[in-house]
Amino acid sequence: MSRTLAEKVWEAHVVRHGSGAEPDLLYIDLHLLHEVTSPQAFDGLRLANRKVRRPDLTIATEDHNVPTVDIDKPIADPVSRTQVETLRRNCAEFGLRLHPMGDVEQGIVHVVGPQLGLTQPGMTVVCGDSHTSTHGAFGALAFGIGTSEVEHVLATQTLPLRPFKTMAINVDGELRPGVTAKDIILAVIAKIGTGGGQGYVLEYRGSAIEKLSMEARMTVCNMSIEAGARAGMIAPDETTFAYIEGRPHAPSGADWDAAVAYWKTLRTDDDAKFDAEVHIDADELTPFVTWGTNPGQGLPLGASVPDPEQISDETERVAAEKALAYMGLQPGTPLRDIRVDTVFLGSCTNGRIEDLRAAADVIKGKHVASGVRMLVVPGSMRVRKQAEDEGLDKVFLDAGAEWRQAGCSMCLGMNPDQLAPGERSASTSNRNFEGRQGKGGRTHLVSPLVAAATAVRGTLSAPADLEN
Amino acid sequence: MEAFTTHTGVGVPLRRSNVDTDQIIPAVYLKRVSRTGFEDGLFAGWRADEHFILNQEPFKAGSVLVAGPDFGTGSSREHAVWALMDYGFRVVVSARFGDIFRGNSGKQGLVAAQCSQSDVELLWKLLESEPGTPVTVDLTDKTVRAKDLVAPFEIDDYTRWRLLEGLDDIALTLRHEPEISDYEGNRQTWLPTTDPLPAV
Repeated sequence: MSRTLAEKVWEAHVVRHGSGAEPDLLYIDLHLLHEVTSPQAFDGLRLANRKVRRPDLTIATEDHNVPTVDIDKPIADPVSRTQVETLRRNCAEFGLRLHPMGDVEQGIVHVVGPQLGLTQPGMTVVCGDSHTSTHGAFGALAFGIGTSEVEHVLATQTLPLRPFKTMAINVDGELRPGVTAKDIILAVIAKIGTGGGQGYVLEYRGSAIEKLSMEARMTVCNMSIEAGARAGMIAPDETTFAYIEGRPHAPSGADWDAAVAYWKTLRTDDDAKFDAEVHIDADELTPFVTWGTNPGQGLPLGASVPDPEQISDETERVAAEKALAYMGLQPGTPLRDIRVDTVFLGSCTNGRIEDLRAAADVIKGKHVASGVRMLVVPGSMRVRKQAEDEGLDKVFLDAGAEWRQAGCSMCLGMNPDQLAPGERSASTSNRNFEGRQGKGGRTHLVSPLVAAATAVRGTLSAPADLEN
Repeated sequence: MEAFTTHTGVGVPLRRSNVDTDQIIPAVYLKRVSRTGFEDGLFAGWRADEHFILNQEPFKAGSVLVAGPDFGTGSSREHAVWALMDYGFRVVVSARFGDIFRGNSGKQGLVAAQCSQSDVELLWKLLESEPGTPVTVDLTDKTVRAKDLVAPFEIDDYTRWRLLEGLDDIALTLRHEPEISDYEGNRQTWLPTTDPLPAV
C-alpha cells in the first residue's frame, strides 16, 4: 500500500497496534531532556520506584534558564539555579548524559541533537518541548510531549499514541533574494492559521524546500507547532546525508552504507494520499513579519497594520483588536514604520551558524541604530565557537551588538534576558505571545536578515532597505 | 490519577480564542521543581487586571472553564494543566484544543471537553446573564448541562475510559513489557546511542 513519509516512520516504530479505541504503542529512538519540563517526571519515577529504561537513548542539556553572561558564576536567580541543579542531580542519580552550562556541547536542546549527529532520518525523537518538531527536518518523526509523557518515555522508552493525519505543504518555485526559510514558515502559518495543523503531521515538500540547506529546513520544521501541528517533516536527501556524515554519532563504514540505503526509502510514495494539501508559491514570497500576538498574525513587510474592522470573522476580529491594543499599534501604519527597542538574534528557530552568518553579512561595517540594543545569542557553544573562528563575533561587536553565551535566552525570558513592559522587539524566535519575552513586552517575529536590517535602521526593515 | 465520572461546579465564561499556554501560565512560573502550587501562575498576566473574569464573584470559585476555540495552543508545558487544576478547574470546554494540551489534560485528569462553538456561545450567554449557574459535566454520557441547556461534547474513547477508571498510563504500558523487549531486540544496530564517545 502507498504510504506517506510520516506513515512509514510510524509503522517502523509500532511496538504493538492498539485495538479499537486503544492507541498504538510507539518506540522512541531518542529522548532529549532539559531542566524545565523534567523535574516532575523524575519525581514520578522515584515515587513509583522506577528506573530509566534506556539511559543510552537519553541526553540532557541546560538551556531555558541559563544566563548568557557570566556563566562561570553561579546562577543569580535562586529559582533558576534550583531547576538547573535539580536536573544535574537527576541525571547523576539515573545515570544520564548531561551537557551543563559551560560545557563545550551545551546549547539549546534542538541545536545540540542535530549537531552531535544524534538526529537521523526515520527516527522517533521526543522532548518535553514543543519545538522538538525541529528534528523533522531530517525525516525523523519528532514531536513535543508533556511532563507525564516524559516520565512515560523515561520508564518505558515508548509512548501510547493515536496516528496523526497527514498534510502536505507544497512549496514550489524559487525564493527571491532576501527571502528565507523563516519567511516560508511564517507565510504557511498565516495561511493555515495557528490551529490549521492540529492533529496533523506536516510534510514540507516541493522544489523550494528541496533547495533549502539543513539549517533552513530546521527553521521551517521548528515552527510547525505554531501552526498547531505536533510534527513537521522533510524527506531526507543528499543534503541530509551530507550534513550527517562525519558527525560524532553518525554511523560509519558499513553501517553508514546500510543506514543510507534505508534512509533513501523514506520518501512519500508517488501515489500516496495526504489527508490535506496546501500550496505556497515560493516566487510570490517576500520578507514576512508578525504584527499581532500569535504567529499566524503576520504579513509581508511591505504591508500595513491591518484594520480589525475589515475582518469579517468575529473571533478573528476580536483577536485582532486585542492584539493591536496589546501591541500598541494603529491600523494602517506601514509595518516598515514600526520602531523597535531590541533586536534578538537566536533561539532554536534561528540560532544556528547560517543564521548568524546571514545576519553578520547584513550588519558588517554598519552600526546598530541609536537607542536600539541587539542581542546575539548562539544556539549552542559549538555554534558560538564556529562563529568566533569565522570572526562573526567581531562583526557583531563592531556593529554595537552584544555577543552572548548559548541558550534559549530572550525567546522566552526565563533567564535575565527579557523585554521591559511596553518594550518592542524584532525577534528571530518563534512566538510573539503576550508577555513571552517579558511581561508587557511586544514581539515581532522576523528572519535573521530582517533582524539585522532592523537593528541598523531601528524600524522593521529588509536588507534591501539599507541600500536606499 | 483520580477517577472522573461527573462534576458540577461554577462555570466561567472566558471570551477569548487562542488562549495559548504562555497565557495560561507564563514561563516565569515554570521554575518550580514540585508538582503543586502552580495556581498563582494561572492567567497571571490577565489576573493583574481587576476586571478579569476570575477576579469577579462568583467566578473566582469556578471549576468549569468555558473558552473560545484553540485553547491550550503553543508550548508543551504541562504546568498549564497543573495550574488549572491547582486553581480548582476540573473541566475546560472549548471548540478546539491544542494537541499537546489535550494530551496532557488526559494524563492528569482534567477533562478537555470539545463542544461546538455554537454551544460554547450559548454557555457564555447563560453564564454571563446568570453568573454562578452550576454547570454539570458528565463523562459517562459526554454532555455539558446547565439549566435547560444540554451540550454534547467529544473526547476520545480511550482517554474517556482511562479517566473513568482513573488508570495510570505507565502501568498500562508496562503490561506490554515483553513486546517492548522484542521490539528492542530487532532495532537496527546502526541506530545512534547517547553513550559518550571516546575522546579523540
